[in-house]
Amino acid sequence: MSAPLLWIIFPAAVAVVCLLITNQRILTIAGGSLALLLAFIALIIPIDQALQIGNISLKIAPAIQIFGRRLILIPANGSLLAIFYGLIAMWFFGAEVTSTAHRLVPLGLIIVALLVASIAVEPFLYAAILIEMAVLLAVILLSPLNQAPGPGSLRFLIYQTLGMPFILFAGWLLAGVEASPGDLALAVQSATILGLGFAFLLAVFPFHTWLPMLSEEGSPYILGFLFWVLPTVTIIFGMGFLDRYAWLRTSEQLSQILTLGGLLMVVTGGLSSAFQRHLGRQLAFAVIAETGFSLLALSLPPDKSVQSVFLLIIPRSLALLVWAISLSRLKEQNESLRFSTVQGLARTYPITAAGLVLAHLSVAGFPLLAGFPIRLALWEGLASQSLGVAFWFLIGTLGLLAGATRTLAVLVMAPQGTEWEPKEQWGSGIMIGLGLIGLFVLGIFPQLFRPILANLPAMFEHLGK
Amino acid sequence: MTITAWIAAGLVLATSAGLLVSRDWRLELGLLGLQYVGVFWLTNQHWPISMAAIKLVTGWMAIATLGMTRLNIKEENIDREKFWPQGWFFRLFAAGIVFIIMITSAPRVEDIIPGIGLPVISGSLFLLGLGTLHLGMTAQPFRVILGLLTVLSGFEILYAALESSVLVAAMLSVVNLGLALVGAYLLTAQTAEPEESA
Repeated sequence: MSAPLLWIIFPAAVAVVCLLITNQRILTIAGGSLALLLAFIALIIPIDQALQIGNISLKIAPAIQIFGRRLILIPANGSLLAIFYGLIAMWFFGAEVTSTAHRLVPLGLIIVALLVASIAVEPFLYAAILIEMAVLLAVILLSPLNQAPGPGSLRFLIYQTLGMPFILFAGWLLAGVEASPGDLALAVQSATILGLGFAFLLAVFPFHTWLPMLSEEGSPYILGFLFWVLPTVTIIFGMGFLDRYAWLRTSEQLSQILTLGGLLMVVTGGLSSAFQRHLGRQLAFAVIAETGFSLLALSLPPDKSVQSVFLLIIPRSLALLVWAISLSRLKEQNESLRFSTVQGLARTYPITAAGLVLAHLSVAGFPLLAGFPIRLALWEGLASQSLGVAFWFLIGTLGLLAGATRTLAVLVMAPQGTEWEPKEQWGSGIMIGLGLIGLFVLGIFPQLFRPILANLPAMFEHLGK
Repeated sequence: MTITAWIAAGLVLATSAGLLVSRDWRLELGLLGLQYVGVFWLTNQHWPISMAAIKLVTGWMAIATLGMTRLNIKEENIDREKFWPQGWFFRLFAAGIVFIIMITSAPRVEDIIPGIGLPVISGSLFLLGLGTLHLGMTAQPFRVILGLLTVLSGFEILYAALESSVLVAAMLSVVNLGLALVGAYLLTAQTAEPEESA
């Protein structure tokens, strides 16, 4: 048994079988259980080390060969796989209550397998092509067969596809820079092309327009899933570039560019979120700000940057999960997520409304919620570098906070005399409730996941050392 | 060899400009088919013929996928382009501007990537430029896919000169075919009857 076979090919094969199943509950249980099992195996069985259980000796080989190239998952990838598949399991278990399991489980499993392959492939540059394949599936996931594709889906496809050539081409140029480090012009050209490629993939301003457009078109739950999984893997892929190329990693300008890009996203995302009158668009702009937080984390000094990026993964996923389930429930009831149509719904859907507001607050870094500890650490790190940067970080965060406050105000703004008539669905209520408990637990005890997260920087040979 | 390469570059220029101007899907797919012949020839400058043929076969398979899907869709079910600039002269003029930009940029690109040859670089840049222009002028799934296939073809010509891995060739073929399948899916979704709510 090899690790790529177990965590890439096996889930993809199961996904193909899942395409034949139409029962939402069976799909949810099958997909969620498989993801949970894979997470559990990643947690307890170390890769490339013999594990003795009685008379049986288990060893998961790290690599397989395909067309002369390798898919390799090193022992340090184990923790990432455990976190990744664990979070995927949560998304799959939530799919039934949002009636998206028939699309999310099979296609989501293939997307996840491709994204794990993008982390495992050697040379790592080929990850860009695997991410593109995942994007193609994401377009199908976003557009149900009974609904005409909107401009957001098409723009998503265009921007993500344009990112791949830039990154592949930059990879070739970077190898040239490595061979002749004195060629400053080539270094600038390759860094610019690489930056453009990642700007397309991560929806960095001004290539972010598809995000709010999509948020008005598609299922909020599927969007939440894609908004979490694609940027997370893309950032890990980007960190691979920094790890591989010493001149890029040690460049003083890189930190400034990452800070500038990150701040641009945090400020535009945060402030735009504050002025939206559509709950879906608020989510989209919060996601832009979230990606900005990751870029800012990456701009911190090497000893802090890698750890900070990984610390963002779990709170982000949990907040987006709760947010997406809540939005899906509201959309099912109202068709539209405009402020004018959701006004006063807190009296009918109190748990859903609480989920929506608290998830938004968590992304804004509100105290006691999951996003708070890492935002605080990030803010402290940025302030030690520049007070100006810390100030703009605060502005973006305040924008997110204002957006959450407006959402709260709209949801509780029922006409005078309106009675409380809760009509919560127990399934979604339990999922949102569990998610909210998770947000508070992570906010109050952020050290809970430290043991798993501590190993993650070992994924990189040079970065963070 | 250089003359035939220039002819191939001219062919891809003519077909990609034709794709931009044409409004008939049959003609467009025919032009795309011819474009892949040019792409094959330009790729063949750096790859053996057996490897370069992958581009041709993949491209034609993508065209077959799109063609078969489009054939089953009635004309009245296709959304008309709302913001499409109507005049063919305008589109040709825009293509001309892109041509001038690309032909003047080609020598500079050759400085960055020496040894590829000006016709290969020019052909690649024509496809990249006109494909991007096409993407900027349309919001129809069918045309978006044609634009993306054109851009990718341009990139693949250039990348073939830099990378000769079989795995990359296979993965890029999968991406091309995947794009065509996504296009077919979106075309079908565009014309499907909305599901009645329970």
